[in-house]
This record gives sequence, C-alpha cells and structure tokens, in this order.
Amino acid sequence: MSQREEILSKVRAAIAPNGNHDERRKNLRTAAIAKADGIIPKLPESKKAIQARFEERAVKADATVVFSKPREVANNIAKYLREHNLPSAIRTGDDKRLKTLLRGYESLLEISHGRTYGDDMVGVSHALGGVAETGTLFMESGKDNPTTLNFLPETHIVVINADDIETSYENLLEKLRDKYGAGEMPRVLNMITGPSRSADIEQTLILGAHGPLRLHIIIVRK
Amino acid sequence: MVEITSPEFKANARLAMGDGQLQQALGHVRTNFINKRAEAKANLDEFDELRDSATAIKDHVLEHLDLYLEKYEEKVIASGGHVHWAATADDACKQILDICRSVGAKSVTKGKSMISEEIALNDALSAAGIEPVETDLGEYIIQLRGEHPSHIIAPAVHLNMDQVRDDFIKHHTHLPADRPLNEPETLLREARAILREKFLNADVGITGANFLIAETGTSVIVTNEGNGDLTQTLPKIHIVIASIEKIVPTLEDMSQIVRVLARSATGQDMSVYTTLSTGPRREDDPDGPEEYHVVLLDNGRSSMLGTEFQDMLRCIRCGACMNHCPVYHAIGGHAYGWVYPGPMGAVLSPSLIGVDKAGHLPNASTFCGRCEDVCPMHIPLPKMMRHWREREFEKHLSPMTQRASIRGWAWVAKRPFLYRMMASASARFLWLLGGVNHRIKSLPFAWGWTRHRDMPAPEGSTFMSQWRERQARDAGDL
Amino acid sequence: MSNSMPKNPRVALFVTCLVDLFRPSVGFASVKLLEDAGCDLDVPMCQTCCGQPAWNSGDRADTRDLAEAVIRNFEDYDYIVAPSGSCAGMLKKHYPEVFKGDELWESRVERFSEKVYELTSFLVDVMKVEKVDAVLKADITYHDSCAGLRELGIQEQPRKLVSSIKGVTMTEMKNSDVCCGFGGTFAVKYSEISNSIVTTKTGHIKETSAKMLLAGDLGCLLNMAGKLRRENSNIEVRHVAEVLAGMVDNAPIGQRTPKGGGR
Repeated sequence: MSQREEILSKVRAAIAPNGNHDERRKNLRTAAIAKADGIIPKLPESKKAIQARFEERAVKADATVVFSKPREVANNIAKYLREHNLPSAIRTGDDKRLKTLLRGYESLLEISHGRTYGDDMVGVSHALGGVAETGTLFMESGKDNPTTLNFLPETHIVVINADDIETSYENLLEKLRDKYGAGEMPRVLNMITGPSRSADIEQTLILGAHGPLRLHIIIVRK
Repeated sequence: MVEITSPEFKANARLAMGDGQLQQALGHVRTNFINKRAEAKANLDEFDELRDSATAIKDHVLEHLDLYLEKYEEKVIASGGHVHWAATADDACKQILDICRSVGAKSVTKGKSMISEEIALNDALSAAGIEPVETDLGEYIIQLRGEHPSHIIAPAVHLNMDQVRDDFIKHHTHLPADRPLNEPETLLREARAILREKFLNADVGITGANFLIAETGTSVIVTNEGNGDLTQTLPKIHIVIASIEKIVPTLEDMSQIVRVLARSATGQDMSVYTTLSTGPRREDDPDGPEEYHVVLLDNGRSSMLGTEFQDMLRCIRCGACMNHCPVYHAIGGHAYGWVYPGPMGAVLSPSLIGVDKAGHLPNASTFCGRCEDVCPMHIPLPKMMRHWREREFEKHLSPMTQRASIRGWAWVAKRPFLYRMMASASARFLWLLGGVNHRIKSLPFAWGWTRHRDMPAPEGSTFMSQWRERQARDAGDL
Repeated sequence: MSNSMPKNPRVALFVTCLVDLFRPSVGFASVKLLEDAGCDLDVPMCQTCCGQPAWNSGDRADTRDLAEAVIRNFEDYDYIVAPSGSCAGMLKKHYPEVFKGDELWESRVERFSEKVYELTSFLVDVMKVEKVDAVLKADITYHDSCAGLRELGIQEQPRKLVSSIKGVTMTEMKNSDVCCGFGGTFAVKYSEISNSIVTTKTGHIKETSAKMLLAGDLGCLLNMAGKLRRENSNIEVRHVAEVLAGMVDNAPIGQRTPKGGGR
C-alpha cells in the first residue's frame, strides 16, 4: 500500500468507517457556503471612510501612506526617495498602470524593468487592491509585478488605486476569483501589512528583518 | 530524531528555575504577549464570534479530512506541483532528501517550521551533506547555538541580547571582532546581510505551512520577517512540509482563521506577510521556483482522529496557550523536553512520542484553565490533559505511591463513617502539630508542600463533628 | 429554576473536604450567609468529598463512585451550594463529563448539576443579595481562584459583596486572575514549579497596600497563606465567606489568634 493509501485509509477508518463517501462529499464547503457563514468585522461603508481606515491601519502597521493624484505619483515617488536620501533609481515590472503613471518622468526617476536579484535599492509595485480592515495590500505575482520586488529591495513603494480598497479580505478574494476563475490562483498572492520586522531578540520590535525596511503606499485618487 | 528529555521533566524544570538569565528572558513572555493579545482582542468586537467560526471550520475539516486531502492534492497537481505523502517523520525526511538530491543540492534555506523540528529535518539534511540554513532570526540564532526552539512562535525567547552577541562574534569570524554589536538592531542587520547571501545561493527552499487550501491547492505561510518568502521565491525548488490537519476548505475559511491567528499570537491585527503559494513558476513568471513540492505528513495525527484527542488537531500553533501558562512562565519551553512546549505540547507530545515518555507533561498543570480561555480554536486543553492522566492511570503508568494514595483515599471517602473518623483524627493531629502559631513547618508525608511553604494547621475538630454537636444542642434546647 | 424559585429554597451545603478538615469556620460562615439570605439550610451528613482528586489523577472509576454518592445525597434539594469554586465546578461542570454516555444517569446528572452553585455567586445571582451587614475596617485584596473564575465566571460577585462591608477598602493586586500554583496534587507532585508560581503570586499580594487577602477556595488559600507565612509576612488570610459573615474573631489561616480575640 502506498503511503498515500495508508494515510487516507487510516483517516477514513477513524472518522467515517462506514461512511458513504459520495454522500459525505456533498457536505464539503464551497466558497459560497464559506462566505455565507463567515463573520466579517463591521466597518463603515462610505468610500472615504474605507480609505481613511486603510490609511490608519497601514500606518499602525508602520507603513507610510500618501494620497496622490495620478499625475503626481512620479513626483511623490521622487519626493519620498529624496526625503530618505535614496537614489532616484527604481525597479518595476511591466505593470501597464505604473507605466502610464510614470511615463514622461524619465528625467525625474531612473526606471529599470524586470525582477530583482537583490541589487536594487527601491522596488515599485502596483497592488491588486487593499483591505481597510487591517491596512493590508494584495500583491499578485507575475511579470507585471515580480514577487522579488516585494522582498529584496530595502525600500518598497506600492501604488494602489483608491477604488481598489475594499473593506474585507473576502471582497478582494472574490475579485481574484473573478479574474482567475473559481479555484484558480496567481502563483503567489502576497498579503502585505507593513514593512518586514522581527522581535526575536528580547522581544524588541525592529523594522526591516529580511524584507523591506520601509513600505510606502501611494493611494491614487482621481 | 530530536533528543527527548521529557522523562527528565522535573530535573529540567529545576534547572530552568535556577537559571537567572532564563528567568529574566521569560519576563518578556509573562507580560508582552499577554498585553498585546488582550489589546488586539479588545479592538475587534467580533473576536469571539470569529473564534467560534474558526473552530467550526476546523471541526468540519476534521470530519471530512480524507475528502479535503484528496481535493487539495488534485488541485496542487493541476497547478503543476507535486504531492508526497509521508506516514512517518523518517518517510518525510527521506522524501525531502530525494528531492534535494535530484538537483544535487548543497545548501537549503528554511523558513520557520515546527514540523521540520518534529521530523528533525536539519539532522537528516546535515547527515546527507546538505547545509540547512535557518533564516528566521530566532531560528538562525538557536541553530548557531545548536539548540531547539523554546517557544513555537518565538524560538529564541529564552535568550537575551548578550548571548546573541556572543554567538555572532563566535560564529561570524569573517567580521572584525571589535565591531559594535550592542543593540538588537545591529545584530539584526548583521544577520540580514549574512542570510541575504544564503538566500541568493540556496538550491532548495523549505517552508512549513499555516494552511493548505483545498479549493485552490494553495499553501499559506504567515510570517513577519519576509524570510519565508525569500526562502521560497529564490531557489530552484520550493518544498512545503505540512501536517495533514493544516487543510482548510476555501480561501474564505482561511480568512476567518487568519483573523484570530496573529491577534492570539503576537497581538498584531495581521502578520506582515500572509503568502499564498500555488504551484511552481509559470510561463511568463520572471521569478519563483521551478518546482513546487508538498510533503504531507501524518506522523501520528490520523491516530488522534476519532479519539478524545481529535480536538487538538484544530490547533493553529499561535502559542497563546504557552504565553498565558503559569507553568510555562516558570520553566520556559526547553524543560518540556521535546519539540512542543506549553499546554499544547502537554497534549500533543504524548500523542506523537508516547505517553510513556511524555507522561509528566499532562500532569504538570494546575488546570487553571487559562490556556483554554485564550485558545482561539477553543481546544479544551485541560480536559485533554486529564484524558492523558486517565490513560496513564489505566495503564498503570502513574507512579505507584501516587496511585496507591489516590485509591486508598477514595476507598475511605466512599465510607462516610470511616471518613469522618479519620478526618477528625487528622484535624486533631495536625492542629496539635500546628501549636499556637497554627502552622506546620515540616510534614514528612507532605514534604513537597512544606519544603517551600508552611502548612496552615486545621482548627482542631472537623466541621461535620461540630455541626453534629450543634444540631444535638439545638435539639436539646427545644 | 429561576422562574419557579421558592421564597425560602431548600439548600444543601456541600461543605467540601478541605473546609471540613482545615477550616470549619468557613462552613459556619456559609451557613450564616445562606440562612441570612432566607435559605432553608441543611447539611447532609453523608458527604465526604466531590472526587476531584481522583478525577484529576485519571481515576475515573473512583470518581464515578464518589459522584454517584454525592448526587444521591444532594439531588432532592432545590440548590446545592459549596464555599468553593473548584468543588462547585466539579459538581456543575465535570460531573456531566463523568457520566457522559451513560443514558441511565445523564439526565439525572444534568438536573443535579443545574442546581449547583458556588457560595458568592449563589448569594448574588440567585438569592439577589445586594449587601451584607458585616462591619470590618480592613484593606483587602482578592485573588480569583481559577475554577471559580473560568469554569463558573465568578469575578464580580465576591467583589460586590466584599465592597458592601462597612469600613472595607479593596485594593486589586496585579494579575489577580492568574493561578496561585496550588492545583491540588500538583502542589505536592511538582512542588518546585508550584513554589515558583506561588512566589510570584505572594509578590503581587505584597506589592499592594492590603493587610488582608481573601479568596473563595480553601485550597488556594492554604497555598498562599502557607507561602506568606514562610515568607514571614503578616498579611491576614481568610476565606471570603468568613469576612462576609462577620466571623473574624478566630485565628486567620495559618496564624495566631488576633490579640483580644477580635475587634
């Protein structure tokens, strides 16, 4: 007997020795059931309140947040880099939204494209969306926003559309399902809440463990 | 196999309580985690409802575990990943070694995983000539020291900064010995720089999983440092090692449980990185592993299903039980003598290594119930510790004297007349011993008690005899 | 029960084996408090122990025998009250577990367990006692015994009654809801760990300005009093019932009789 069969038959013998497995299969939870059963923390529902809550929670998680008009995004990135004494070179993927926002600002920002191998100081990504409940960003993997940009550079700047900020994880997961199809996922979905940190030495919280030291979020509002 | 010292629990505990440095370090557990959890709970009105919801989800999963495992496997394969089933720790190590050897791996980076500790993966890798590199800061520190975690989410919580500095100076010999290393921050920066090289050069990355999602074939890790993400993103191969009960049905079910996980653990509303991984690198992916493997470990869990210990399989390893445990606060994690410390370990360890070896653990509890009170998954930890005591009693594993005294006492307690006579005699005897100060400084048959504290003396005669006298008196008055 | 409660319910006092042996005055204080509250009180003479030491040692068979005897002796009363959260918890929360799966007993145990209360919660929640008549000039701190707190939700009730004593000030200690390290046989089997826990507890007690420590469980009280005495502290230790009943002329737990016998 393979180990697979060994384990599955032991499990079956323990929980459903005489079970009709086709009947049992009908009880399995689907996303619809899970969604209907789930407890979703109550949040204010106006767009403005949701965005304000996202900002508040992201800041609580030690990110910095700025609201920006689309045409100000490049300036806001440049300003942030200046304020932190960082070079104006940024690394991004192929995200079309970012390309549009940054087009024409080549004199302000030195932009290179593609994944990073660890030698870029600043990564700039575009988020799929954000969750107001905890100030969490949803980032998809792929050539538009390579996962390495989320983790290797010391500074991570994330651009997000104000309209993509939802109250709950569930709302964004639904969006993901619409985009990829039921049961399908991007290779990686990073849910990011603040910059990396560790409290492993005497419970002293220090930002910037193995991932970014700084997470700056630019919320684009038209 | 990780060395098991659980049978020497009492001696371990004695050493731990006499270790001033350890006691100082434990001070952080006694306050920080507790206050932060309380604050997080207070800030979420729905916290208790979410605990109920999370509990119901896991109960449902356990009742349908076979079906969800099949569904999960199917989805992993469909996304291009591989699933390996491991009945025992040795099977899991062997499967992981085979995968590592398939690419001639020399170096393996690792995200924090208690399952890896459980199966003693580092020993297996080292024996095969493959360098395992722990990348979680706490795990890295204890790996340098040749130790094991003393806490399931804060592995180096037993250490202080000076010890970490000494270890870094001792092991990072390529750096000047007189460099300034007197802040947690400088220590972290040094570890970051050293581990960054390791990340970039590793052939294989191994992580655990907080959840396995059946709907999508996704594995989930929940971390703060970002080391797990670098571990799984940079090398050619990503191996996930997870036990079978980590399954949840859907993305939404994961969201429910995630809401109570970090709040119960560190008191964060959400950990920094919740990473959902599904299969290997795709066609136009610029990064990510070329191969994605999941090793599904049983190692005794299927034997807990359908028994009085099934509820333990709801555990999400948040550590709240040990953070709130007065026994853990007194002795720390290493005294428990195996991988899992604290209340959850007191229930789980006997299942995994045998109650003959871990028998002390479920006994070393005051049953104060604080662990169950804070458990986000409503696991009745004291009740299950009692079940272990029942098994020990049935199997005559409890110490002879203890067994005899309980049985003897019960024999008397079942005979009220005899009991009252003996109680009266004891009350009188102990009262005499107490003298005018009403306290006893030393009692040979309660040595454990009087070694550390006085035994307050009884008042002289029992309540029942005084009550009977009063009744007789009242009747006489009538 | 509550909607059909008789005005003077027939209440059986479950004395508990520790009170019987070590501190009968807690029993008499309980009798006074219950009678003052209007209960028709009785003390069944066949009682010994609830069986908790056997239960927590994994000895199911002896526990069951002892539990059956308790139920037989007490089930005909309107209420069963114990001056101990731990023993009341055993009768109320654990007995159903002891008889689980036994159809002959399950509903009988359920009816019995519903009627079981710890003393202070019975006075406040069932008898609706708002205050007691006692007068005592004392600075008091209160330890929440674990079983009462977490199995029965007792926290406010004793504080409410103690605060109603004329002359009393309540000073909360740090972590009053954390275990004192007693744990029944734990205190003897793992005496060193127990000692470490109770040392932390007495530290918190001594950090307050209180001169008197109260709790609702004699096991915890013996442990904390024993430790305070060993540490040469003169903080007076008493069961909450003694103070509520105004019966404080006797010697505090593990101490000499106060000069003059009282105040």
